[in-house]
Amino acid sequence: MPSTRASTDPRLVVEGLSVRYRPGAAPAVDGVDITAAAGEIVAIVGESGAGKSSIGAALLDLVDKPGTWHAARATLDGEPIDYRARHTRGRDVSVIFQDPQTALNPLFTVAEQLIQMVGYHEGLSGRAALARAVEMLEAVGIPDPAQRVHQYPHQFSGGMRQRVVIALALACNPRLVIADEPTSALDVSVRGQILDLIAALARERGTAVLLITHDMAAVSRIADTVTVMKAGRVVETAPTEALLNDPQAPYSKMLIAAVPPGDRKIGRFAIPPRDDVAAPAIVAGADLDAWLRAHAGPSVGETVLAVEGVDKIFQLTPGLFGRGRKLFQALDDVSLTVRRGEAFGLVGESGSGKSTLAKIVAGLQTPTKGRVVFGPHALHPASREVEIRDYRRGLQMVFQDPFSSLNRRMRVGEAVAEPIRTAGIDDRHKMRAIVAALFERVGLPAASIDRHPHAFSGGQRQRIALARALAGRPRLLICDEPTSALDVSIQAELLNLLMDLKDDLGLAMLFITHDLPVVRQVADRIGVLERGVLVETGETDTVFDHPAAPYTMKLIDELPHRHMATQGPTP
Amino acid sequence: MSERGQQTGLGRAFVRSPKALISATGALVLIAAAYLAPFIAPHTPFELGSFSLMDSELPPAFLPGGDPRFLLGTDMQGRDVFSAILFGTRISLTVGIAAVLFSAAVGTLIGLLAGFRGGLVDAVLMRVADVILSFPTILIALLISGVARTLFPLATSGTAAILVLIFAISINEWTQYARTVRGQTLVEKGLDYVQAARISGVGESAILRRHILPNVLSPVIVIATINLALAVLAEATLSFLGVGMPPTSPSLGTLIRIGNENLFSGIWWVVVFPAAALVLLVLCVNLFGDWLRDALNPRLD
Repeated sequence: MPSTRASTDPRLVVEGLSVRYRPGAAPAVDGVDITAAAGEIVAIVGESGAGKSSIGAALLDLVDKPGTWHAARATLDGEPIDYRARHTRGRDVSVIFQDPQTALNPLFTVAEQLIQMVGYHEGLSGRAALARAVEMLEAVGIPDPAQRVHQYPHQFSGGMRQRVVIALALACNPRLVIADEPTSALDVSVRGQILDLIAALARERGTAVLLITHDMAAVSRIADTVTVMKAGRVVETAPTEALLNDPQAPYSKMLIAAVPPGDRKIGRFAIPPRDDVAAPAIVAGADLDAWLRAHAGPSVGETVLAVEGVDKIFQLTPGLFGRGRKLFQALDDVSLTVRRGEAFGLVGESGSGKSTLAKIVAGLQTPTKGRVVFGPHALHPASREVEIRDYRRGLQMVFQDPFSSLNRRMRVGEAVAEPIRTAGIDDRHKMRAIVAALFERVGLPAASIDRHPHAFSGGQRQRIALARALAGRPRLLICDEPTSALDVSIQAELLNLLMDLKDDLGLAMLFITHDLPVVRQVADRIGVLERGVLVETGETDTVFDHPAAPYTMKLIDELPHRHMATQGPTP
Repeated sequence: MSERGQQTGLGRAFVRSPKALISATGALVLIAAAYLAPFIAPHTPFELGSFSLMDSELPPAFLPGGDPRFLLGTDMQGRDVFSAILFGTRISLTVGIAAVLFSAAVGTLIGLLAGFRGGLVDAVLMRVADVILSFPTILIALLISGVARTLFPLATSGTAAILVLIFAISINEWTQYARTVRGQTLVEKGLDYVQAARISGVGESAILRRHILPNVLSPVIVIATINLALAVLAEATLSFLGVGMPPTSPSLGTLIRIGNENLFSGIWWVVVFPAAALVLLVLCVNLFGDWLRDALNPRLD
């Protein structure tokens, strides 16, 4: 819980901070003030392009040339920060990087990296340095630190590696630590622990922390104060609880309203429309309606998709005549059904096999065992290419990465027209009319169909990908993490759109995600995958409120309930 | 990266780079001069009847004893060296361009197939490429040209010699395109937009043609530009060695060979000027290709 600490002199005071990446260009950060007390965790939140990472870069004096930064005042405990002094960076101001894979040098042991740090900044060597290294590993909760300190980074798991990065950042007892998205490269199940660790260490050692993040769950879990940024400026600064429950500025209100709560279903996100997205045209052109509804599928509630006892085994190393092969079982006897008008949420961490299942259901891979029944067709381990093509009819998919899911050399209208063309329509005028109507249906101007993907933002590209999927008149729409690359407000808009479309067209949806709050909003039923095994299936609310499998309990335990559970935001 | 951004960015980078401007201008002037040879050249170097032995071995016009009719002097038969260079460059360029187009087309097709199909098709095609790559271009070209000449004596005539040269150079060069395109195809094939097209029922050949091909073309264009210089050099080497263009329709390489044989009689201009033309052509094209590679590379994503 946030608490006010007795501190007369604020640890960090920054006034009028500006960052420019090119002389004469618009500033990425424009006149920002930040104050942090010793032991205080100040979260800087905002969407991409808000300038939050630039603040961290400036305070570390890591703004690349020709970029410049300037602050009217930047002091630690009342003294100006002097970046020409060799010990400022690393000892006074330190950093926890986002990705533990790249933050550690793979060629050196953890001990060597920690000893180098304390040797350089504090002149420790030999036994004293090693003792400090072991002590740091112990402090960050690495079991058996005296042995593990001599291991290389690759011998640690992702979460453990991030603990080592934190140990490095805190090894010299810095006065200020900048944590730039410290958990977004980690699996959901370890994020909470890492955040708690950062918070505990900061409070224990009196380190001020700037937590730069887009993740409101992280904010609500550990931050004392939140600064909301938009386009380089501070929109609002408030204590965490006040900001999450009663945001004042319109932008903060929108941002908070866009965060999916993990503890209840709110239906639609209450967010105002944006400038760059038109309101979806509910009354679409006659051509579109005729197109979308031409396939009368099964009635609502009937089974559209049945996955029956599917195994998928990958051969990792090619063995000669079956000898010396290594096998990896990605899916183990998975069975589930999706009914018309229903969204089935498939939840799992990276490596759980959820994307493999998506590919099999999409007919992009065949199962090793079992079968997938979709309408009149089924996918078997031995399905031939012709059969797979029949199987795929009436099935569409929206992918995770908005940048690779559209062909960068093809006009977006052409891409959306592709499923219509393969369905045998070659009347160009009719095709364009359908495509234009589809664009309006997903909230994009019809006039933009002749542009190339580069003209669109990530959120707009996902809308185009959705329009392309709709053009295929799907009875089943597979969504593989469709919003995980997007900012939270854009995610909210896209989820609203998806839910509207599902209800309007009676789609069956297989929604794959690692994000529990998102799946709670979208899915009617969910299934939880753990290392290829479907450990639990059931109604979304039942699973969330009364999880049966231990793994599900663990995942739900990691959800941030603390600040946001008590009362809803006031949009 | 974005397509339009790439094009305007490329245009701006081109205007700003002296290397690009100079090399492109140089290459364009040489290419234009070569293909406009029938209109610019003061003499027709292939009509033996138009030569006069009286004009033989004249030094360049700007040297004592030079004749203003022959800018760069004449050779042993009284042929105008300047005109011979213009027509010779035309033949060299024709062979080079045709070889590049042919090998780029074949290589791209094979690379697309190998990358997209994978498995046995990929293994066989790439092993063939490996075997061919393990021989130097010139060795294979010499072999092919030599064999072609022995089997079909007609190959020594102008047109046939051109075809043999194009084939001899291409047989080695396609492997580069094939390998690059295969690699890029493997990358593109795994991207979501290809999966989306598959799910939408787009056939394999349409995926290759409409989706993958446009996305693998940038490196092909770069390689083609650089290879044009190499192909011109390969042609010159073969002709210099006597297995390329016959003296009746000489390319730059043939001119250098003929000049070289007579170098000791002191008529240096017969070898120096064709050689300079060759160096200039190759240099300009190569520098331009170099710049193009640097300019496009960060954007190949």
